[in-house]
Amino acid sequence: MEGPGPVNTQPDLLYSEEEEALRAAVRDLLADHCDAPGVIARTESGAPHDLSAWKALTDGMGLAGLLVPEAQGGQGATHREAAVVLEELGRAVAPVPYLTSAVVATEALLSCGDDELLGRLASGRTIGALAVGLHLAPGAAHQVAQVENGLLRADLTGIADAAVADVLLVPGDDGALYAVRAQDVTVTPQTSLDLTRPLATVTLAGAPGRRLGDAGPAVRRALRAGAGLLASEQLGVAEWALTETVRYLKERKQFNRPVGGFQALKHRLAQVWLEVVSLRAAARSAADALAAGDSLGEASVAVAVAQAYASPVAVRAAEEALQLHAGIGMTWEHPVHLYLKRAKADSIAYGTAGAHRAALAELVDLRAP
Amino acid sequence: MTDAAELQRRTAQLLAAYPPATTGRPAFLEARFDAGLAWVHYPEGLGGLGAPRSLQAVVDAELEAAGAPDNDPRRIGIGLGMAAPTILKYGTDEQKQRFLRPLWTGEEVWCQLFSEPGAGSDLAALGTRAVQQDGGDWLVDGQKVWTSSAHLARWAILIARTDPGVPKHAGITYFLCDMTDPGVEVRPLRQITGEAEFNEVFLTGVRIPDSRRLGEVGDGWRVAQTTLNNERVAIGGMRLPREGGMIGPVAKTWRERPGLRTHDLHQRLLKLWVEAEVARLTGERLRQQLAQGQPGPEGAGMKLAFARLNQEISGLEVELRGEEGLLYDDWTMRRPELVDFTGRDAGYRYLRSKGNSIEGGTSEVLLNIVAERVLGLPSEPRTDKDVAWKDLAR
Repeated sequence: MEGPGPVNTQPDLLYSEEEEALRAAVRDLLADHCDAPGVIARTESGAPHDLSAWKALTDGMGLAGLLVPEAQGGQGATHREAAVVLEELGRAVAPVPYLTSAVVATEALLSCGDDELLGRLASGRTIGALAVGLHLAPGAAHQVAQVENGLLRADLTGIADAAVADVLLVPGDDGALYAVRAQDVTVTPQTSLDLTRPLATVTLAGAPGRRLGDAGPAVRRALRAGAGLLASEQLGVAEWALTETVRYLKERKQFNRPVGGFQALKHRLAQVWLEVVSLRAAARSAADALAAGDSLGEASVAVAVAQAYASPVAVRAAEEALQLHAGIGMTWEHPVHLYLKRAKADSIAYGTAGAHRAALAELVDLRAP
Repeated sequence: MTDAAELQRRTAQLLAAYPPATTGRPAFLEARFDAGLAWVHYPEGLGGLGAPRSLQAVVDAELEAAGAPDNDPRRIGIGLGMAAPTILKYGTDEQKQRFLRPLWTGEEVWCQLFSEPGAGSDLAALGTRAVQQDGGDWLVDGQKVWTSSAHLARWAILIARTDPGVPKHAGITYFLCDMTDPGVEVRPLRQITGEAEFNEVFLTGVRIPDSRRLGEVGDGWRVAQTTLNNERVAIGGMRLPREGGMIGPVAKTWRERPGLRTHDLHQRLLKLWVEAEVARLTGERLRQQLAQGQPGPEGAGMKLAFARLNQEISGLEVELRGEEGLLYDDWTMRRPELVDFTGRDAGYRYLRSKGNSIEGGTSEVLLNIVAERVLGLPSEPRTDKDVAWKDLAR
């Protein structure tokens, strides 16, 4: 075989019984906490995040600590379990800072080895946010704060879930990553496309920071895990769109028949199904590779493949859901817009499909002209 | 209870009694069949031992290690994969005794006379007529098409209409047809690649004794489901390494010949590379589900995915080759025994893969199957359900 890297790796692409049990528990909890009318109502309030759902997921179930070893106050699980949680959070477009705090910020802290802060994030009682733009792919250049005498100055934009963060992880111009308390910065919400994962600007005007470690490897590791596990969230979004559309089209009647019986519509749904099934394999592959660690760059390939595939699939599933719901799908009242906005924002988050394809060109030696 | 140890013992016995080095191929294969080691999940006396199917791998590994000849399964795929399970399920004792042994050894090649010029996706509308004579023999007239191996075959599985006066699914009967009958004419069917993998088969007054009817008169559609279900099992069963499919030769050319690269091709190549890798992972996931005894519905989708990918990738490959893409390796009319996607040029792959979305169920029919059987959407309106076959529009 011509391809570089281990060509006969066989990732475990299934779900274990424990993972299915975890899924069922998260789904139950979200059914109680995160119904669609409630999520829509919350987006219109000043506080779009659902901190009571967050408390139930973290205090109640310990899910913020899945990636953190037990010795550091976590659950000592892996990316495989975190991916299952994200599938369910995606399926509910739950407005909780799981991906940003329990995955991305947590990975940055694991890289720096800050046990005290890790333990607090693992408990969920402290919410962390990595202060780089949500749109950045692993390895992309990002904004940095000016560091002078331990005080940080910057105007940072596009920071997801900053509005509920207790601590911001800020890369400085000296190459270090700093922990900055939320009360020492100004967080201003930005009007965001995705109502359920809102962005904010973070202004540091001489904010005191605590040096955690090297920013470079921490940010790269954090964004790679974020990108890889985002594929599982996108799978959840796409699955909701497919399931809900199939259900609706069996019910909805026009021309004296269920519209789901028209072949033009059936073929479109079958096509979405095929892509969702494929996305599941790609997302499991990325989660399994992240869990296995980075042997021979395999995790980077698996993450880039999953992200390059997931974004267009989730967007198409949501767009098809809207079109096939037709009029009702255009209303603010119907939840399909929450999924479309999440899917479209996710297609930019942690790097576009194009950015991940460009990464693959290097990783698998298919170089540009 | 036949376990792995027992199979190893029997395999050793076979090898001792018929050393591969000094036994002729046919004699060895016949002895293997008679020892119940041909397909261990078949019943005793019919080449098997009633053992779990998964234990076949134990026997195969021992025999391969001993250098024993095999029955060249790719050459006799229709017999092994489609005719045999149907004969096993519906055949009389006499039919099973007569046909299964030479089928398995490859002494007798089989082909499948199902599709017709007027019955493709709507196979149950087939018009080949079988009329029973005084004395019980059937006389068959009609035309079949897309028949691989017909020019090599000794026998065919055949479905024909025995009652035009009832709705189409009810009037079909399944037969085992002797391809040496003087009324059988096989003509090569040349396809767009220049070669002829397939045949047209013309049946004119072909006489089939009633003892070669498989299953009841009028029950042929149900019998044929066994054949067709086994055809689907065969698709998508192989494990691929990364770049193991059609993307492999394109990636190789891309790496070796920088002069062919353009920005537009680069974007399209990367997109297809990702899709090929995801299709590979999806197939791998399906296999892992099967190994755990939880077959998923992904199988129906895999054929759809690979058909589209093969077509898009080979299309890109022709374009990538630029000036060379204007050439074709060989239009000579040939009769290949096996389809070989990698042994020929990009142009061949491009043309041959056009058949991937047609053969074994068109992509359009497969999308219907996914929509109806996996997603549970309403089935197509059936205007032909209660109409006698003879009254259908054609």
